[in-house]
Amino acid sequence: MATQPQIDSHSGEEAFREEVVQFLAEHFPPELKGKGNALASVEGPDQETPAQEGWRKAVGERGWGTPTWPKEYGGGGLSRKQAAILNEEMAKVGAFNPIGGMGVMMFGPTLLEYGSEEQKLAHIPPISRGEIRWCQGYSEPNAGSDLANLQMMAEDKGDHYLVNGQKTWTSGGQWADKSFCLVRTDRSDKHKGISFLLIDMDAPGVEVRPIQMISGMSPFCETFFTDVKVPKGNLVGKEGEGWTIGKRLLQHERTNLSGGGSMARLMGASLADIAKKYVDTDADGQIADKVLRDRIADFEIRWGAFLLTARRASDESKAGGVSEISSVLKKLGTKLGQERAELMIEIMGLQGLGWEGEGFSEAELGGVRAWLFGKATTIYGGSTEIQNNIIAKRVLGMLDHQ
Amino acid sequence: MAVLNEEQEMLRDMAREWTSKESPVTEFRKVRAGGAEEAFDRKAYATMAEMGWVGVVIPEAHGGSDFGWLSAGLVVEELGKTLTASPLVASTIAASAILLGGSDEQQAKWLPGLASGEIIGTLAVDEGSRHDPAKLETTVSGGKLSGTKAFVHEAHGADLFVVAASDGLYLVEKGEAVSLSTRKLTDQRSHAEVVFDGAAADRLAGGGDSLLDDVLDRARILTASEMLGMAQAVFDVTLDYLKQRVQFNQVLATFQALQHRMADLFGDLTMMRSAVEGGLQALDSGFGVARAATIAKAEANRVLNIVSREGVQLHGGMGMTDDYDIGLYLKRARVLEASFGGTAFLKNRFATIGGY
Repeated sequence: MATQPQIDSHSGEEAFREEVVQFLAEHFPPELKGKGNALASVEGPDQETPAQEGWRKAVGERGWGTPTWPKEYGGGGLSRKQAAILNEEMAKVGAFNPIGGMGVMMFGPTLLEYGSEEQKLAHIPPISRGEIRWCQGYSEPNAGSDLANLQMMAEDKGDHYLVNGQKTWTSGGQWADKSFCLVRTDRSDKHKGISFLLIDMDAPGVEVRPIQMISGMSPFCETFFTDVKVPKGNLVGKEGEGWTIGKRLLQHERTNLSGGGSMARLMGASLADIAKKYVDTDADGQIADKVLRDRIADFEIRWGAFLLTARRASDESKAGGVSEISSVLKKLGTKLGQERAELMIEIMGLQGLGWEGEGFSEAELGGVRAWLFGKATTIYGGSTEIQNNIIAKRVLGMLDHQ
Repeated sequence: MAVLNEEQEMLRDMAREWTSKESPVTEFRKVRAGGAEEAFDRKAYATMAEMGWVGVVIPEAHGGSDFGWLSAGLVVEELGKTLTASPLVASTIAASAILLGGSDEQQAKWLPGLASGEIIGTLAVDEGSRHDPAKLETTVSGGKLSGTKAFVHEAHGADLFVVAASDGLYLVEKGEAVSLSTRKLTDQRSHAEVVFDGAAADRLAGGGDSLLDDVLDRARILTASEMLGMAQAVFDVTLDYLKQRVQFNQVLATFQALQHRMADLFGDLTMMRSAVEGGLQALDSGFGVARAATIAKAEANRVLNIVSREGVQLHGGMGMTDDYDIGLYLKRARVLEASFGGTAFLKNRFATIGGY
């Protein structure tokens, strides 16, 4: 970019690091150390403390919440190297990126690729400032794994579309300001009849109902659209290009769901350490129940192999090769995660099945909810069965069964 | 596949080209038909040694190429793909024992011969049918070793045995005090019960208390590399078969039930490759070897077992015939699964290392 001086020398990097250090000293409130920002997540209410608000605005003003996005749309305009320096320095002082959610992870990158100049100028800067929350309007009651079967209709009314239909599994729908939706503009062609449309969640005719899940939480919603008027300017790409644009966005989603590193953090302590707290050990310090000990070892060996797989995927992608591993990471990691949760509640016995109230630690109660919520991981973001179809067809070259 | 340097890529490509051209499975069939107890082709082994494959982990000063364990694993994986019968794995393990525990004299005496292929070595540890290195009755007194070793790999071709006695590892040359009884296993390779009756023994005095475990970890990882090649070959040949075989006017590969089974196997194979390469890389870095070796062999056992079973099943009746190669892999697979640690042994070892 013309306005951005090229910083590629070592001294340039050091100067940038100095700038970051100064910025953090000036703007990061120490009381937020190790915490997060409400608005940075997909779900949850959006009240901020004054400190959180101040931090978000300071980062947003520089575009550093979306460091590598172009400066003219409110991004940081930084190189990858500079973004890495920013991350490093934030980690050093316990700071965090206060800007996130679906706008940053999925919608922003897709709009930067497919949106008109006008759309980018309208929608990217508020994402970069962390002011607007986006939700995803893809799945419908009869369009889950068979997503292209979606029926929500956007009828051409000259100067606007009239939208009628229902979306479901809308993550964070009750807290979102806007939704990026796949809608049908043509009933005559399954895939080419789909378009990508942006809809305000507070438009008249939009109704959101949270769905209570088996975990007791309501992270997903049903969203109903009744005669909702949407300006023509909210169409991304052309009519009929929705399937292409929508699939591109899903690639961003899967990258975010499959990471082995984040999975490892999620897992916390080793199963063996947990088991030693809940079951007897013998004189040698071994888990006395040898059947249980065997099952823990069996799991931990495969978990070890999975972490090596995640490491290999990262090594291979850094080396620039095409990694076939990415196609199996989600399938493997989500299944092992569920297996671990099942083994954990088995180790704890009934103490590991507490729902609420007295007699249980926070970790125990959290474990139960996580076990239940974890059932979603092999369903969302392309179910394991869909992943298997993709592996068979794209990687193994087995012909399409359809 | 791990990220390789140029030297490693060249070595792998060379091994791949040689095995596919000079040593396809038909070569193993010839060895089998020949019926020799040592069950390998001496000329082929000499060629392998000439190409530097036997001495991959041996220092240049002793005639090796010193490319490291990942490189050794790459070669062994390619040999496993075509079931190439040779004492290369056994000899490499024997060399590693001498490297870890041998004196300068012992290294100078044996390593050049092992690297050039003129001498063949093998490891003799277990005394029963299941791997149990804690239970050894072989003893040495006055420099003479006595004991019985069960199911020693490549015993017929071997000139030198690395023998585990109750107080350490010893080098024993084949000779009058060493007698072999052939044990023809299902893989139709060389295995024998070896009786040492007061055989002259030269102690490997270095390497510390963990020498036997360290050598066995190398045996586990290198064996797992051979198993990786076999699993990859079984998977590939099965996938090819599904793409050709027509039933109900449809190529089998178009059936979703079979596609998902292959996708599952592909996931397992991916984990196995990571585990095996992780083991080889641990040997090269020297960090966390015991744990990495256990994961490598345990995953190799698990995945090769399921891949070989599914391979036969997915070939249908053809998989039951001796004409098809798939059965040869199945039979070799079980022998390697039981060698240097079956799955139960490895899980117990993994938990023990982990302190539970």
